[in-house]
Amino acid sequence: MASRDYMHRLPDAGSSLRRPASLSRRLHIDVPLLLLLMILAGAGLVILYSAAGEEIHYVKRQSVFLCLAFVGMFIAAQIPLEFYRRWSPWFYIAGCCLLVAVLFVGVGAKGAQRWLQIGGFRFQPSEALKLAVPIAVAAYLHKRTLPPSFLSVLGALAIVGVPAALIVRQPDLGTSILIAASGLFALYLSGLSWKMIGSAALAALVAAWPMWHWGLRDYQRQRILTLFNPDADRLGAGWNIFQSKAAIGSGGWYGKGYMEGTQSQLDFLPESHTDFIIAVLAEEWGMRGALLLLTLYLLIIARGIYISFMAQSVFGRLLAGSITLTFFVYVFVNIGMVSGLLPVVGVPLPLVSHGGTSVITLMAGFGILMAISTEKRRVLF
Amino acid sequence: MPENLRLKDHHTEQRLFRNRMLVAICGVVVLIGVLIARFYDLQVVNYENYRTQSDQNRIQVRPVPPTRGLIYDRNGELLADNRPSYTLSIVRERVQKLDETLELLGRLVRLDDSDVEKFNRRLPRRRPFEPVPLRYRLTEDEIARISVNEFRLPGVSVEAELVRYYPQGELFAHSVGYVGRINDRELQQFTEEDVRRYRGTQSIGKVGLERSYEDLLLGEVGYENVETNARGRVLTVLERHDPKPGSELTLHLDAKLQEVATDALGDNRGSVVAIDVKTGGVLAFVSKPSFDPNLFVTGISFNDYRALSDSLDVPLFNRALQGQYPPGSTIKPMMGLGGLVAGVITGETEVADPGYFKLPNDPRIYRDWKRWGHGKHIDLIQGLAQSCDVYFWDMASRWNIDGMHDIATRFGLGAKTGIDLPVERPGLFPSRDWKRGARGMPWFPGDSLNAVLGQGFVLATPLQLAVMTATMANRGTHYKPQVVMAVDGVEQPPEVLHHVEAKPEYWDLVFKGMEAVVYSLHGTGKRAGKDLDFRVAGKSGTAQVVGIAQGERYDSEALKERHRDHALFVAFAPVDDPQIAVSVLVENGEGGGLVAAPVAREVFAEWMSRPVEETVWQPPMRPPASHPQHESLEVSARG
Repeated sequence: MASRDYMHRLPDAGSSLRRPASLSRRLHIDVPLLLLLMILAGAGLVILYSAAGEEIHYVKRQSVFLCLAFVGMFIAAQIPLEFYRRWSPWFYIAGCCLLVAVLFVGVGAKGAQRWLQIGGFRFQPSEALKLAVPIAVAAYLHKRTLPPSFLSVLGALAIVGVPAALIVRQPDLGTSILIAASGLFALYLSGLSWKMIGSAALAALVAAWPMWHWGLRDYQRQRILTLFNPDADRLGAGWNIFQSKAAIGSGGWYGKGYMEGTQSQLDFLPESHTDFIIAVLAEEWGMRGALLLLTLYLLIIARGIYISFMAQSVFGRLLAGSITLTFFVYVFVNIGMVSGLLPVVGVPLPLVSHGGTSVITLMAGFGILMAISTEKRRVLF
Repeated sequence: MPENLRLKDHHTEQRLFRNRMLVAICGVVVLIGVLIARFYDLQVVNYENYRTQSDQNRIQVRPVPPTRGLIYDRNGELLADNRPSYTLSIVRERVQKLDETLELLGRLVRLDDSDVEKFNRRLPRRRPFEPVPLRYRLTEDEIARISVNEFRLPGVSVEAELVRYYPQGELFAHSVGYVGRINDRELQQFTEEDVRRYRGTQSIGKVGLERSYEDLLLGEVGYENVETNARGRVLTVLERHDPKPGSELTLHLDAKLQEVATDALGDNRGSVVAIDVKTGGVLAFVSKPSFDPNLFVTGISFNDYRALSDSLDVPLFNRALQGQYPPGSTIKPMMGLGGLVAGVITGETEVADPGYFKLPNDPRIYRDWKRWGHGKHIDLIQGLAQSCDVYFWDMASRWNIDGMHDIATRFGLGAKTGIDLPVERPGLFPSRDWKRGARGMPWFPGDSLNAVLGQGFVLATPLQLAVMTATMANRGTHYKPQVVMAVDGVEQPPEVLHHVEAKPEYWDLVFKGMEAVVYSLHGTGKRAGKDLDFRVAGKSGTAQVVGIAQGERYDSEALKERHRDHALFVAFAPVDDPQIAVSVLVENGEGGGLVAAPVAREVFAEWMSRPVEETVWQPPMRPPASHPQHESLEVSARG
C-alpha cells in the first residue's frame, strides 16, 4: 500500500521539478485561496457599510486594515516553512513572556487587561499566540514519531496549556478557548488515539460541574444562562441575543434589502458592526445572503484542507490543518453565538467584522498556509 | 514493535493525518449543517414570529391624548382653556443611573425636592416605557439647556403637552372647578375601559364641572404607530388615528355677572347664586373667598396647599353648593304660600303682634325679633314686608309640620337640587319621621315655630334658596338648576322637576308681600330695589351662628366677628315678568336687608341692563376648532 502511494506520487513530484515554476508559485501565492479571501473581504466591506450606519469612516478604516493584512499575508507567505519551524520555540516563549507582562502591566477596558502599551502603540499579545501556539505544537510533533506517544501528548498539552491559562486570567475566555483549540487541532491531526480523545472528553464532562461553580466568572455564567433563556432579561443580558435573533429571523429568506434592516439601522442590534455583523447580513440579505457567506467560508476551509493534504512535511500538514480548522471554529463560534446557539463570547466574524488585529492575525495565518502550499516538494524517504 | 524502535513512517503518518482530517471534515460538515438548520429555523420556520418581534421593537403604538373640551360662558368668554406647556419627562427603562441623571438635570433646570419626591411617587405606577413627568412648565432657557445636553441625558425628554388653564382665575373656581393629575385613588378606581380612555392623558377633573362633565370633556383617545429607534427616538409616524376632542361646554354662567356679584360681596365671605327663572340656568355662582384653580392643574405645591387649607376663611369650601345654613326668614314667602294653599290663612287674616307669642298649654314665651312688636293689624303682606315672626308663629300654631314639610319639599328644600355640579349637600327640612329617626323624639309644636322661621333644624344651601326663589318667581314651575347650557353647541333642554299648584291670587299675594319687603315703609330689604327702573321682590333673612366651625383657630377678634349672624337675602326681578332670581349669603353679615340686599341689587342692575337678546342664548358664532390642536405642538418629542 505504501509503495502504491509512492508510485502514485512520483511522477507528480518529478514533473514539478521539471516544469519552470509559475509566477504564483514563485511569489508563494495560492491563487484560489487569494481570490476567495479577496471576495470575502470585499463582501465584508459592503456589509460593514450598512452595519456601521452608512458611515464611510468605518469602511475606510477597515480597508486600511485589510490592505495591511494582505501585505502581512504576502510577507508571511514568503518566509520559508523551515524558518517557522526552527524559530517556533522562540516565538512561543516570547509570546508567553508578553502574556505574563500583560498580567502585570497590561492596560484594558471593561474590566479586562488584554493590551500592552508601548509608546503610542497598543497591541494584544494573545493575537500573536493564535499563531505561535499551533506553530509550536506542530513543530514539536514534527520531530516525534506519530501517532504521538503519551509523553509527546503531555508535552503538546503543556505547550497549549500555559498560554491558554495566562489568557484566561486576563480574563478572555473566548480567545483562550480558540488558542487552545488551535493547538489541540494540531495534536488531534497528528493521530491522537481515539482512546485518549474519548477519555479526555469524559474528563472534561466530569470537570464541567466544578468549572461552572469555581472556574467561571459571574458574567460568564450569566452569558451561558442567557443562552438557554434569552427572554428572561430582555433589557439586560438577554438583550443582545434577543435582538440578534429578531434581526436574523425577521430577515426571512429574501431579507429586508440592503441598508433597510430595521433592527440594525435603528440601533436595536448591539455591536452590529463588530461581533454581531452576521445578523445585519441575515436581516438585510435574508437566508440567501447567509448561505452565500457560509459557502464562501466553506470554500476557504476546503482550500485550506486541500493545502494540508498536499503539504510536504508533517509540520506543514499539521499547521495547515490546524489553521484551517481554527478558522472554521471562528466562523462557527461567531455565527453560533449571534444566532443564539452558543453563549456570547467576544469572537469576531473572520474578515467581515470591523476590527484591525483579528484581520491581521488571520491573514498572517493564511500567509503561512500559502507558504505551506508552495513548499518545495521533496522526495520523501 | 517496542516504543524506542519506532521510526518515522511518513506514509503511516500521512494516512493517520488523512484519517483524522476526514473525521474533522465530517465534523465541519455537521456543524455547518447545524448553522444552516439554525438559520432555516430562525428565518424560514419562525420568520413570522421574528418579523412581528422586530416590528414590535421599532413600531410602537403611542396614545394620542384628546384635547380636553373647552368651557365658555354664555357669551363665548373662555373659562377653561388648554395651553401648551413643556414637561420634562424620564423614561425609567432607558436611564442607566437615575441618580446621576437627576443630579445632572438639577444643574440644568430648577428642580425642587418636591418635584423629585412627586416623580419618585409616580415611578412605581407607570406603564413600562412610559415617560414619567419630572418638571412641568419649563422655561425657554431650560428647554435650550436640556437640548444642548441631550447626548448626556438618554431617556430624558421634553414633551409639549396641553395643560388646562383658567383665564378667569379665581372667578369660576367653585363652578368650573379644576383638573389635576390622576392620583393613586382615582387610578385604582379605573375600570379597564377607563385605563384605555386615559392612555396618554395625565389629568382628570377633580372639582366642579370639570369633574361632573369629565366624560364629555375628556374626548376619545387616538393612536399612532410610530417607528422608533432603540433609544426611543421617534423617527416617523406610520399611521395615525386622530383623537376625538372633548365636548365643548357653553355655560349659563355669565362672566360679567359673576364678576359683578363677586365684587358686590366686597371683602365679605359669602355666596351669590343667580338663576335664570325661565330655564333654571345658573347665571352666577359665587362662593367667596375663592382660589386660583390654576395652582392645582399640574400639582399644587405643599406650601400653596397649606395656605389654602389652613386659611380661616376656608377658600376651598364651596359655600354655595355645600354650605348648609339656617335659611331664616327667607323661607317665609314660601311658608306663606303654603299656609294659603293649606287654608290656614287667607289674604284677610290679621294678627296682633305684641312682640311675643305663646302657644296654648305652653308657658314658654317666643319673642319676635322686634321686641315691641310690629303692630296690631299684621296681614300676610305686612308679615312678609316687616318679617313679622308672630304672624308666622300664629300660622304655624294652626298648621302642622307635615304641611310645612310638604311645601318646603316642593320648593326644593331638604333634598339635593340635582344641579350638574358634584358633591352637593342636601340641606334639611325636618319632618315628624325625620325627628323620630334622627333624634328619637316626637315632634313638638314648638319645633314647628322654629321650622316656619327657617331655624331650628332647618338647613339650606344658598343654591337651594336660589332655586326656591326661582320657583316662587315662576309661580310654581320648579326647574332643575343647570350650569351647562349647551354641549358642543347643542342646547340642553331645561328640565321641570314639578309644579307647585296654587291659585293665581295666592301667588299675587306673596309677590306683593315680597315686593313690600323692598318698597314698603317698614320693608326690611329696601336696598334691594334702590334706583332700579324695574320692580324687585325679595325677602331678607338672618341665620344664627350656633357654633364655631371646626378647625378654626382661636383668635379673639376674629372669633367675635365670626359669632355674628349670617345675613341672607333672596329676591327676584322684575316682579311683573320675573327673569332672574338671586340668593345672597353674607357670612357674619348680621343684617340681611342691610348687607345682603345691596348685593342682590347689583346683580339685578347688571342683568337687567342687558338688551333682551343678550340674555337669551344664541348658538355660538365662533368656529368650532379655534383652539390649537395637540399635534401641532409636538415640536420636540424626542427620546
